[in-house]
Amino acid sequence: MALLEVRDLKTYFRTDDGIVKAVDGVSFEIEKGKTLGIVGESGSGKSVTCLSIMGLNPRRNTITSGEALFKDQNLLTMSPRKLRSVRGNDIAMIFQDPMTSLNPVHSIGKQLEEAILLHRDVTKKAARARALELLNAVGIPRAERRIDDYPHQFSGGMRQRVMIAMALVNNPDLLIADEPTTALDVTTQAQILSLMNTLQEEFGSAIIMITHDLGVVAEVADDVVVMYAAEVVEKAPVDRLFARPHMPYTWGLLGSLPRLDLNVERLVQIQGQPPSLLNPPKGCRFHPRCPYVMSICKDVDPPLKPVPDEPMHLDACHLDQETKDREATKLLETMRGAAA
Amino acid sequence: MGRYVIRRILWALVLFWAVTVVSYVLFFLIPASPAKQACGQACTEQEVKRVAHFLGTDRPIYVQYGKFIGRLMPFSFSGGPHLKTPSLGNSFYNRQPVNTLVLRAAPVTASLVLGGVVFWLLLSIPIGVLSALRPRSLLDRSSMTFVLIGISTHPIWIGLILAYFIGFKLHLTPITGYADFFSPPHGEPGGPVQWAYHMILPWTAYSILFAALYARMIRANVLETMNEDYVRTARAKGAPESRVLRAHILRNALLPVVTMLGMDIGLGLGGAVFTEQIFSLPGLGRTSIQALLNYDTPTVQGVIVFATVAIIIFNLVVDLLYAWIDPRIRLA
Repeated sequence: MALLEVRDLKTYFRTDDGIVKAVDGVSFEIEKGKTLGIVGESGSGKSVTCLSIMGLNPRRNTITSGEALFKDQNLLTMSPRKLRSVRGNDIAMIFQDPMTSLNPVHSIGKQLEEAILLHRDVTKKAARARALELLNAVGIPRAERRIDDYPHQFSGGMRQRVMIAMALVNNPDLLIADEPTTALDVTTQAQILSLMNTLQEEFGSAIIMITHDLGVVAEVADDVVVMYAAEVVEKAPVDRLFARPHMPYTWGLLGSLPRLDLNVERLVQIQGQPPSLLNPPKGCRFHPRCPYVMSICKDVDPPLKPVPDEPMHLDACHLDQETKDREATKLLETMRGAAA
Repeated sequence: MGRYVIRRILWALVLFWAVTVVSYVLFFLIPASPAKQACGQACTEQEVKRVAHFLGTDRPIYVQYGKFIGRLMPFSFSGGPHLKTPSLGNSFYNRQPVNTLVLRAAPVTASLVLGGVVFWLLLSIPIGVLSALRPRSLLDRSSMTFVLIGISTHPIWIGLILAYFIGFKLHLTPITGYADFFSPPHGEPGGPVQWAYHMILPWTAYSILFAALYARMIRANVLETMNEDYVRTARAKGAPESRVLRAHILRNALLPVVTMLGMDIGLGLGGAVFTEQIFSLPGLGRTSIQALLNYDTPTVQGVIVFATVAIIIFNLVVDLLYAWIDPRIRLA
């Protein structure tokens, strides 16, 4: 049984211009101790998906439907009180920008202790000891001397470590990381990713890693969900996705990866802009940007269905199997060939 | 920290010096003779001259200023170096020591200003926070209407209206006058209850403008802080809304209020002049207006010196307080 099973999740925002369908029928599941990567461009609905699971969207103008079953309990219909006991305890979250995600007027020790004391009936002293333990675990140098420092006294990478420590402090079963490395420089990114890998082995948490960086996905994920314009367009185990990607959008993402070992004049880019979610294109939402567009794509939204002989690999594309295989092989060969 | 305080005190001395020089010079630009005023209508030229010599106003301005500063110093060198009480001189008008005049008036103004600060914070914080929590609600709309009225109407008008309706028509409060908190003059009302009773109308008239400004500022701050990432983090940790509001939103949203208070206390002393005048409160504002009309330089100077020192001290306290509550401020 999956740890978290999201079924047909829809999150709509009421705005002055109309209803924005930020997440439109997303389904995925994640097993205990595994890592799921959710990839997609900015505005594809990755973050909103996770905020919906946590119930963190602004209540006033959000309409959410579908199911998010966590240990067989639907998070979307849970009472606020019950949901609070899950947040930060069973499911914890790391945010994109460590510079703004920590409260500037409280010491980091106090913020970690708060996370513990909200869920555990322990003394302040015990909470502090636990906070210190976690700060050491995430590699804050001289943690016992820095525990009373304030967020502004830490670098971006160190703050993200603090965020991770704060998320792990109650041994959550699921950790949602919303672009945890986007705001960091490249060397720090690598450190944070390997730290998360190590901690996953140590704490056994499942991780949902939201990112727009396929490199990050390749490094940490077991399974990958590719999102485009509020929908899931491809879903596969990570090896399979990189070996035989099936969606023209995924090809576009792979093709636009910058690589140091390639000497290309310019990066391949996906033409056009992501569509407006106020009124998304009819048919396949990717069709206005798709180089393989057929007439059916403009009318019929392709369902997300398993690839023949590969039940774990799902895609939402009208192209026939042969074309998909051929184009995928061609793409990977160019990438490999250019590398050689 | 220590170095910061010393630097601030040195700057305060410079500021103090500048304020006294400017106010001294301003006073000399008024084309009037304090001596003639003090002597009276019927005085002859000869007598006015004698009075001027007695008051010292026949000396050049820098000599007068030097004597003024000399009296202010807590030490003296004439007749061997020794310590003495700083003096603001004697009033031209009634020959009383200005020290006494100022110290008698200061508690009245302090009651008005400090009580007023408490009054406007008690009013503006709940209004600002509640209307930010429910933007565009009926509560928000009505409190923003209050803000608009509070900002648009002059405290003098509010004071007169309050005194007329609540004091004169409804007999709910005294119309004017002051009751001493500790030791009222014989036969007059006094004590904490009478004091507060007499101060209700002045506090209200005095505070409405500031309450309105602060309510608007607090509302904006809270609205802004609610969208901060760290507030979302607090919710993601599982904190209940009451805690999110208290420990994460208000703690940050009310920081600028402390800074504003430091600046507005000076402004507030100016506003107190009007309120004291309307409600006949014998405070610093009323004292200085009367002194001005009498060309009573030492008294005006005394009030200015006292107010300057009070504002400087208050600002220093606020800055230190701010450094204490906002860890991002480094005192170096």
